Amino acid sequence: MSKHFFGDTGVLLGRSLRHITRSPDTIITTAIMPIAMMLMFVYVFGGAINIGSGTSYVNYMLPGILLITVASGIAYTAYRLFMDMQGGIFERFQSMPTARSSVLWAHVLTSLVANLVSLVVVMLVALLMGFRSSAGILAWLSVAGILILFTLALTWIAVIPGLSAKTMEGASAFSYPLIFLPFLSSAFVPTDTMPTVLRVFADNQPVTSIVNAVRALFAEQPVGNDIWIALGWCVGILVVAYAFAMNAYRRKIS
Amino acid sequence: MTTQQAPAIQVHGLEKAYKDLRVLRGVDFEVARGSIFALLGSNGAGKTTAVKILSTLLKPDAGTARVNGFDVATQAADVRESISLTGQFAAVDEILSGRENLVLVARLRHLRNPGRIADDLLARFSLTDAGGRKVATYSGGMRRRLDIAMSLIGDPPVIFLDEPTTGLDPQARIEVWQAVKELAANGTTVLLTTQYLDEAEQLADRIAILHEGRILVNGTLDELKRLLPPAKVEYVEKQPTLEDVFLSLVGTKA
Ligand SMILES: Nc1ncnc2c1ncn2[C@@H]1O[C@H](COP(=O)(O)OP(=O)(O)OP(=O)(O)O)[C@@H](O)[C@H]1O
Ligand SMILES: [Mg+2]
Repeated sequence: MSKHFFGDTGVLLGRSLRHITRSPDTIITTAIMPIAMMLMFVYVFGGAINIGSGTSYVNYMLPGILLITVASGIAYTAYRLFMDMQGGIFERFQSMPTARSSVLWAHVLTSLVANLVSLVVVMLVALLMGFRSSAGILAWLSVAGILILFTLALTWIAVIPGLSAKTMEGASAFSYPLIFLPFLSSAFVPTDTMPTVLRVFADNQPVTSIVNAVRALFAEQPVGNDIWIALGWCVGILVVAYAFAMNAYRRKIS
Repeated sequence: MTTQQAPAIQVHGLEKAYKDLRVLRGVDFEVARGSIFALLGSNGAGKTTAVKILSTLLKPDAGTARVNGFDVATQAADVRESISLTGQFAAVDEILSGRENLVLVARLRHLRNPGRIADDLLARFSLTDAGGRKVATYSGGMRRRLDIAMSLIGDPPVIFLDEPTTGLDPQARIEVWQAVKELAANGTTVLLTTQYLDEAEQLADRIAILHEGRILVNGTLDELKRLLPPAKVEYVEKQPTLEDVFLSLVGTKA
């Protein structure tokens, strides 16, 4: 690792963050879809969905909405990276006496910051819509930790098309199935009402355990095994995506 | 200087193929320190490929290349300290201002006083007034000038310019030529690629023609001219060239 790694990453992070503050629409666009879904689910379908008594529907579905927020946010991560590749500025940076991997890490950290801002925006709207939690600081920190890990895992997935896509559409299309995944989970309806095949899939895919863990943390319920399964999925996806992204990266710079 | 210095660029037996397409098939040339070397070739001849190998963006399949005494394969970091690259397509950050682009590069080259470096270069390339504007609003010529200005930051001893004047109007072209001549006068080694024969005539100390993967000829302008049978002496009225007409109507500052 170059001795300039941290300094260079900081400079490049400043650059990408400036991109975001100059086009804040990327944050708004990221937040608007999950907010619209939240409004629709709470005020249109919510009354018809039976989640059992004890919690409001906003409380029930917020964890899934937060994951959707991240899934739609990382489309911009891929987009920003893709634009750097296209514009040749990536090559300019790579031909300079700059720590080479800083270019990638700056994008990853930017993705983290942008997604956290979107998450806060969505969270504030949820509060206006009646989301309440009396969870303690430790539970909130755990939720933040899970969301950060989830964002990093999805960010490294986004790096792959960002580096290797041929078109702009290709660079962001990968996020659609990720946005869709929460619908086939316990995010909006309990899985036990689903047909068997679907239920088996829903019970065993990453979103369900992450949603259940976050939901339990917010509701001050015991998190049980879900949190370990959730962490396992996040770390697993992170490691695999990182390996593939680094492979794509190495192909680009040699 | 009394001692004979090693050439700034030494290329021996360079080969590069993209899958089955053998682009470079044994390229040899040397560039003396402080000289301007023009690499001529038609579209697809492999000029950009050669420049990318020399600037450590691509690995050759065979052969060796040394830049400023460093091997591009084994001492890539030292090579990157010694060079800067102006790629075929302007590699500037569209969302940042011209000045911010320059400051960014100065920071990434770990120089002190990035702000002053930026202001000096803006003045030198007649971009002071546009310096605070987003690059997205620049004309093609302004963008190219900024691109070249970014490459001069840190005074690297070797500069690669890949088709630096393609797409520029005649006046901007002359400005770029002027900048290149100043660089060489100050001891910088310049390797430029071009498709314009007059550009090579104007600028280059030596000219090499890359054709079908090899250097077809390599010499000074006079040496190349001597390859053809001597011109017949004819008396004709000197007609102004279209370029002369254009420049006199538009009025050059020079
Ligand atoms: N990444 C790549 N993958 C496959 N083929 C490539 C790649 N890059 C270049 N080529 C091919 O290699 C050949 C040489 O390309 P190169 O860009 O080096 O030519 P050039 O001399 O710079 O041309 P131009 O004057 O058009 O810029 C071309 O036929 C091009 O299509
Ligand atoms: Mg080219």
